[in-house]
Amino acid sequence: MIASIEQLDGMAAEYKQKTGAYSKIVKICCGTGCISSGALRVYEKLNEAIAAERLTDKVLVKKTGCHGLCERGPIIVFGDDEILYQTVGKRNLDDDIRLLLKTVKDGTVVENLLYKGEDKTKRHVSPRDIPFYAGQTRVVLALNGVLDPEDIGEYISFGGYRAVHKALQMDPVQIIEWIQKSGLRGRGGGGFLTGTKWRSCRDASGEPRYVIANGDEGDPGAFMDRSLMEGNPHAVIEGMIIGGYAIGSNHGFIYVRDEYPLAVHRLSIAIEKAKEQGLLGANIFNSGFGFDIKIYRGGGAFVCGESTALMSSIEGKTGEPRAKYIHTVEKGLWDKPSNLNNVETWACVPHIINRGWEWFDSIGTPQSKGTKVFSLVGKVKNTGLVEVPMGITLNEIIFKLGGGIQGDKRFKAVQTGGPSGGCIPGEYLDMPVDFDSLTKLGSMMGSGGMIVMDERDCMVDVARYFLKFLVDESCGKCTPCREGVRRMFEIVDNICKGNGLKGDVEHLEELARAIQLGSLCALGQSAPNPVLSTIKYFRDEYNIHIEQKRCPAGVCKALTTFTIDPEKCTGCMRCAPECPVACISGEKKKVHTIDRSKCIKCGTCYDVCRFGAVKYE
Amino acid sequence: MEVDTAAINTIIDKYGKDKSYLLAMFQDVQRQYRYLPKEAIQYICDRLHIPFSKGYEVATFYASLSLTPRGRHTVHVCLGTACHLRGGPNILDTFERELNIKKGETTENGLFTLESVNCLGACALAPLVRIDGQDYGKTTPGSVKKIINEYGESS
Ligand SMILES: Cc1cc2nc3c(=O)[nH]c(=O)nc-3n(C[C@H](O)[C@H](O)[C@H](O)COP(=O)(O)O)c2cc1C
Ligand code: SF4
Ligand code: SF4
Ligand code: SF4
Ligand code: FES
Ligand code: FES
Repeated sequence: MIASIEQLDGMAAEYKQKTGAYSKIVKICCGTGCISSGALRVYEKLNEAIAAERLTDKVLVKKTGCHGLCERGPIIVFGDDEILYQTVGKRNLDDDIRLLLKTVKDGTVVENLLYKGEDKTKRHVSPRDIPFYAGQTRVVLALNGVLDPEDIGEYISFGGYRAVHKALQMDPVQIIEWIQKSGLRGRGGGGFLTGTKWRSCRDASGEPRYVIANGDEGDPGAFMDRSLMEGNPHAVIEGMIIGGYAIGSNHGFIYVRDEYPLAVHRLSIAIEKAKEQGLLGANIFNSGFGFDIKIYRGGGAFVCGESTALMSSIEGKTGEPRAKYIHTVEKGLWDKPSNLNNVETWACVPHIINRGWEWFDSIGTPQSKGTKVFSLVGKVKNTGLVEVPMGITLNEIIFKLGGGIQGDKRFKAVQTGGPSGGCIPGEYLDMPVDFDSLTKLGSMMGSGGMIVMDERDCMVDVARYFLKFLVDESCGKCTPCREGVRRMFEIVDNICKGNGLKGDVEHLEELARAIQLGSLCALGQSAPNPVLSTIKYFRDEYNIHIEQKRCPAGVCKALTTFTIDPEKCTGCMRCAPECPVACISGEKKKVHTIDRSKCIKCGTCYDVCRFGAVKYE
Repeated sequence: MEVDTAAINTIIDKYGKDKSYLLAMFQDVQRQYRYLPKEAIQYICDRLHIPFSKGYEVATFYASLSLTPRGRHTVHVCLGTACHLRGGPNILDTFERELNIKKGETTENGLFTLESVNCLGACALAPLVRIDGQDYGKTTPGSVKKIINEYGESS
């Protein structure tokens, strides 16, 4: 049990001593991404090998959360960022274990497992040398990939729960002032000032009050919150305890989407351990303040990320939003004052308390403070999670950290803000990334999804994709959203199928206005954004689909045919076995041909041909 | 169908008979039966003193609950944005063709149910497939055939 700062420090010292006794520390990423790439088997095998060598007392092998470079997983880091190995065990597990053992024994750096630079010649030993990491400012993610998320002692040894202790010595109103002055804005989508929200909830009448963490992460293509909950769950818990104390609430809830079983598992362990240590429960640090946290799982409904729907879901009901003329800070969960923040917002709080609001305020732009985690995915070379100061340009994120576009294709657009956001074209790559700039461009910050698209992506298809998503996810409570979005989908779907009519684009714009005005919740109100932003920046592409019945990117199946250029085909036989319907024929070193009647236009042959022989039109 | 009331009671009691955990109870039942039998909804509603219609409404609202029996393995093909752009739809097509069923259906031998999902949170490994909790990253039409065989053989 920890009831005083001395005891907290004592536990930290004990852990430091314990880890200090090992001559080597090996950190194996066991986040969702790396587990799917085989990390758990690497962990087991390496432990066996180390035991066989009787090195168990000297070498500490620990499971950590996501390092952000999931694409190159399983990721292993030696010591304090000394060596980063990637794709460990992907070629041959036993061979790689032998190589790892070499590093374990005498520090030999195994070239084969290092991260290769974009020019393929330079190999980076330390993650600090990899441009993907070197350009980041890791605050919220600082301990992700460093500590074992299932061990509370580790978190404490890195200064964990000190912020709770400090906050409990402060006046609750002063904490809210700090959060306000830090400029922290919500990381879940709207960018609302966190301090203002806390104050309204504190000032609202009614007991008890509730604080809630939104871990629903419905934005498809985003996984910041997942990594945080899996990789450093105590940071979220710590933030919530401080928030509860400031707002005057003793009850916390974390709502996690059903698709994240590992996050639920790690959070449950973290809550249990915090309770055991007295850091959750009654009378934390002998302050008289008590706080508990319960976990609720979602049910695969995107709309449940919306504040009122989320609260209704925690109450055990269907997740339908309600009108917000009564704010949830006044009447939220069970009609009591409730304060909802995104999990990343919560994880910022301990840092602000520890380092002071001035420190947070010094990072970022005048209106957007601090750092933000982005999920950089799609057609970019280095996909993964990046944490950067607000105000950095899209260019820096995509080309410096992300290394540019895969296969050196042409950049076309970057989608931010998920189904409520929009597509931003190349002209605006020098725009700073902050709440207001992105909104000005017709997109939004959202929760931090950043999906990069290249010349092979069709903007009309992207609009169609988001509309389909929203048709499926609309709760159906109000007509403009339920019927309007469906109608928009039908129009765009027809355009993709070659049945577009003149005037369709204008019709879409009209419908969009009606839906924006007439929808009850932000899902409907922002549903037209993906369509409007693609019309705004890529109107030509719509017109070509409608007037010329062509899809310039070769995505819309009804408007595309694939052929093989006999001049360029070398007969390398690469494409034929990859074709899912086996409609490519040809012999070795002879020109191949596509049977158009069977081709399902999947584009696989185009992607695999190294000689540029496959064409689409 | 007959449901095992003892097992369901254990689930209800685990959540302290708290109505707000209705969805969680349904999910736990589903984990046992691979779907949510109507009889189980009825039983839980009775014990929690809520009308069946309310329970049924919840059961049909949440996409992760299934009221029809599912196959031994549930295949979730991710169609989130990252997976969509990296060939997710082709992966779904391939599963549909290879298993000879459409999305939402179960194979005749009861081995596979095919579903799509909007993001599993491992977007850097797109396109992603999850089968019974096991994730497969960077899938291709070719690897789909291998994955299907893996499950076909082991059962
Ligand atoms: C349809 C819809 C889905 C949303 N999904 C999420 C989500 O998955 N995670 C999240 O934190 N916020 C989501 N939001 C925003 C929340 O309603 C809410 O503004 C946010 O959680 C507040 O926390 P913050 O102030 O810390 O950002 C969603 C909003 C809408 C309208
Ligand atoms: S806008 Fe759409 S999602 Fe929101 S309440 Fe209305 S129908 Fe439901
Ligand atoms: S587009 Fe797909 S189906 Fe058509 S020939 Fe190429 S690989 Fe085969
Ligand atoms: S991959 Fe390209 S070059 Fe090789 S056989 Fe196919 S079309 Fe010809
Ligand atoms: S899960 Fe290992 S780097 Fe993300
Ligand atoms: S979009 Fe498929 S895992 Fe996120």
